[in-house]
Amino acid sequence: MKNSVFLGALTVAGLAAGAAAAGTLDDVKARGKLNCGVTTGLVGFAAPDANGEWGGFDVGVCRAVAAAVLGDPTAVEFVPTTGKTRFTALASGEIDMLARNTTWTFSRDVDLKFEFVGINYYDGQGFMVPKDLGVSSAKELDGATVCIQTGTTTELNLADFFRSNSMNYEPVPIETNAEAQQQYLAGACDVYTTDASGLAATRAAFEDPAGHVLLPEIVSKEPLGPLVRHGDNEWGDVVRWTLNALIAAEELGITSANISEMAAEATNNPEINRMMGTEGNLGEMLGLEADWAVKAISAGGNYGELFEKNIGENTPVGLARGLNAQWTDGGLLYSPPFR
Amino acid sequence: MSDTPSQRNPAFVRTEMLPEQAPPATETGIIKWARENLFSGTSNSILTVLSIISIYYIVVSAAPWILNGVWNSASIRECREILEGAAGGCFAVLTERWNQLLFGFKYPNEEYWRPGLAFVLLFVAAAPVMFFKYLPSKMLLFTALYPFLAYWLIWGGPILAPIFALFGFVVGYVVWSQLVTRSFAAGFFGSIVAAALTWWIGGMITSAVAPEETLLSAVPSRDMGGFMLNLILGTVCVSLSIPFGIALALGRQSNMPIIKWICVVFIEFVRGVPLITLLFVANVVLAYFLPPGSNFDLIIRVIIMITAFASAYIAEVIRGGLAALPTGQYEAADSLGLDYPQAMRLIILPQALKISIPGIVNVAVGLFKDTTLVSVISMFDLVGMIRGPILASTEWNGVYWELFGAAAILFFVVCYGISQYSQWLERELATDHR
Repeated sequence: MKNSVFLGALTVAGLAAGAAAAGTLDDVKARGKLNCGVTTGLVGFAAPDANGEWGGFDVGVCRAVAAAVLGDPTAVEFVPTTGKTRFTALASGEIDMLARNTTWTFSRDVDLKFEFVGINYYDGQGFMVPKDLGVSSAKELDGATVCIQTGTTTELNLADFFRSNSMNYEPVPIETNAEAQQQYLAGACDVYTTDASGLAATRAAFEDPAGHVLLPEIVSKEPLGPLVRHGDNEWGDVVRWTLNALIAAEELGITSANISEMAAEATNNPEINRMMGTEGNLGEMLGLEADWAVKAISAGGNYGELFEKNIGENTPVGLARGLNAQWTDGGLLYSPPFR
Repeated sequence: MSDTPSQRNPAFVRTEMLPEQAPPATETGIIKWARENLFSGTSNSILTVLSIISIYYIVVSAAPWILNGVWNSASIRECREILEGAAGGCFAVLTERWNQLLFGFKYPNEEYWRPGLAFVLLFVAAAPVMFFKYLPSKMLLFTALYPFLAYWLIWGGPILAPIFALFGFVVGYVVWSQLVTRSFAAGFFGSIVAAALTWWIGGMITSAVAPEETLLSAVPSRDMGGFMLNLILGTVCVSLSIPFGIALALGRQSNMPIIKWICVVFIEFVRGVPLITLLFVANVVLAYFLPPGSNFDLIIRVIIMITAFASAYIAEVIRGGLAALPTGQYEAADSLGLDYPQAMRLIILPQALKISIPGIVNVAVGLFKDTTLVSVISMFDLVGMIRGPILASTEWNGVYWELFGAAAILFFVVCYGISQYSQWLERELATDHR
C-alpha cells in the first residue's frame, strides 16, 4: 500500500518533470541561443581555436541544429562538459543537446533516460603497434603488454577479445590519453588500445606517424551520436532530422557549394525539393521554417564535407571514411527518407 | 720587570704598525668557502662531486632543448620541420596561445587590459595590509574599495551594481554601530537585514535603469579562464577564508553550546569531505535544486565551496595557535577587566595569529594550487586550458613539456612569493628575544 503511494508520487513527479522539460524548441527560440554540450577538447571533434572559436566534427552538428532552429549557425552557447559532468548537465536542463562523442548504449538510453537521435560517427576499439614489431593482425598479439585506460569499456572489451582468441596479455593501466601517449612512445607497452578515432588522432601527434600502424581488427562497437533528454519528442525530432538532413544531403549530392542553386527553384528530384522546402511542408511539421534544412546544410556543409574538413584524410587526424561512408558506398550511413 | 731586552739595547724600535698580511690562500675567498661548505669531509666531498656530475648532465641534456627552442611557428608539425630532428622545445605554443593560458579562450581580446589593471591594483590594495608598519593606514580605504573595483573591471557591466554592493556594506555598518551599543544580537541581525534590503532595492534600481551600452562591456563568468581564474579563485577564497576561519576557531572554543556545536559540525563535516566532491556538488548537484532558468553564477558557487573548505582548515590552524597560548594570557586579560571582544582583539588574537602564520600560509599555498581542481568540473583554468582546448587543437596536440613547464613556472612564482613574504612577516613580528 505504502509502496504504491510512493510509486504514484514518483509518477506524478516524473510527469511534472516531463511537463516542465517539454517545449525545449520553444525555449531555444525564446532564448535565441542553443546550449550545446561538447567535450572540453578532443582533437578533430571539438576544440576552440586560437581565436576562441569552437570547431570540429561534433561542433558542426551543434551549428547545424542552431542554424535549422534559429537560422544562425553562430547562435550556439557551447557548454564544455567532462566525461563526469556531461549527463547531469543534460538531465538538469543546463544544455539542450549533447554532442560529445558519446557512445549509444542500452543503459544510457533506457536507464539514464536519454534519447540518442542518431549516430554521427561509427567508432570501434582498435590497436596501434610500432611498425618495428612486425605485427599485421591483432590475432598475433599473444603475450603482448597493452596500455589501457582503466575504468573504461575498452578494458572489458580487451579482456573479452583476448579470452575468446585464447591469448594472454599483460595490461599496463594508465589514466589519460596523454599519459598513454608518453608510455607507449617510451616503450612501456607494445600495444596501445582505445577507440580507433582516438588512436588515429594520437598517432597524428607523433613525431614519426609512419612508424606506427593501426591493426585492421576492430573489437567493439562504439556508435557515437548526439542525444537529448527523454520526454520531449518534438525537440528530439528536430535534432534527429537535422542530423539526417546532413547525411541525406551528401547522399543526394547537395553541398554547401550548390545548395543555393538547389534551394532557389524546384529541381527534378522531389526528395531534394521536399528537403529544400520548395515542395511540401516538412519544416512546418517540425515547427521550423520551410528552409530549415537549407540553413542546416549551409552552416558547415553536408556530412561528408564536415567529415573531410575536421577529421578526414587531408587533416592531421587523417581518418578514412570506413564504416562512416554512405550505404551506397559500402558504409553504414543510411538516412530515412524525407517524405 | 723593568729589565726587558728593548730597554737594555734599544737598537731598533718599530715606529709604525706592520701592515696586515693577506690571509693564506686556503683561508680566504672562494677556496675557503668551498672547503667549508662543499669539501668539509669525505662524505661531503663525495656528495659534492656526485651533485656536480648530476647537475652537469641535467644542464647538458636540457640546454639544447631550451636554446634550440622554436618560438615562432604555426603548429607542432611546423616546429618539427624547423628543428629537422634536432632536440628542441616547441615554445611557439606559448607565443601563439599565451592569451588563452592567461585569460581563457573566451575573454574578449580588446579587454585584456581590464584584468591586467585589476592585477596591478591588487598589489596596491594588498600593500597596506601586508606592510602595515610602513604604509599610511589611509591606504586601507583603497583596500576596502578594491573588491568592488576589481569586480567591475573584470566582469564589467553596469557600474551601479558594485556601487550598490558597496553601499549595502556601508548601510550594514552604520546600522551595526547604532544598534550594537544596545545589544550585540540586535546589531548583528539588524545590520544583515539592512544590508540585504539595500542590495535588494539596489538590484531593482540597477536592472531598471541599466543602460544598453555600459562603460565596460559585461563579460559573463563562463568566459573567465586561464591563470586569471586561478588568481581570482585563490585571492578571493584566501582573503575570505581567513576571517571566516578566525570566527570558526573562536566559535569552536565558545562556551555557548549552540555556537560551539554549529562550528564543530561545520569544521568536521567540511574537513571530512574531499574538495573535489564539494566542487562536483557546486557544479552539478546544485543545478537540480535551483529552479530551472535560474542562473546562480558558477564562479560564485565554486568560490563558496572553496572558501568553506579553506575556512575549516584555517580554523583548525588558528585553534592550534589559540591552544598554544598559556592560560595566563587569558587570565591576564580578565584581570584587566577587558570584555570578550577586547580581550580577543588586544591580547589573544595578536599572539595566536602570529603563531599561526606558517600554518595559514601553508593552507593558502595549498589552496592556491588546489584551484586547478576546477578543471575537472569543466572550468578552463590554466590546467584546464592546457588539458582541454590547447592539447585538443590539431595544431598543438602532443606538446606537453612546454605547456606544463610554463604552468609550473607561473605557479612557482606565486607560491614562492607567498612563502617569502610569510617568512619576512614572521621575522618582522618576532618580539621575543632568542
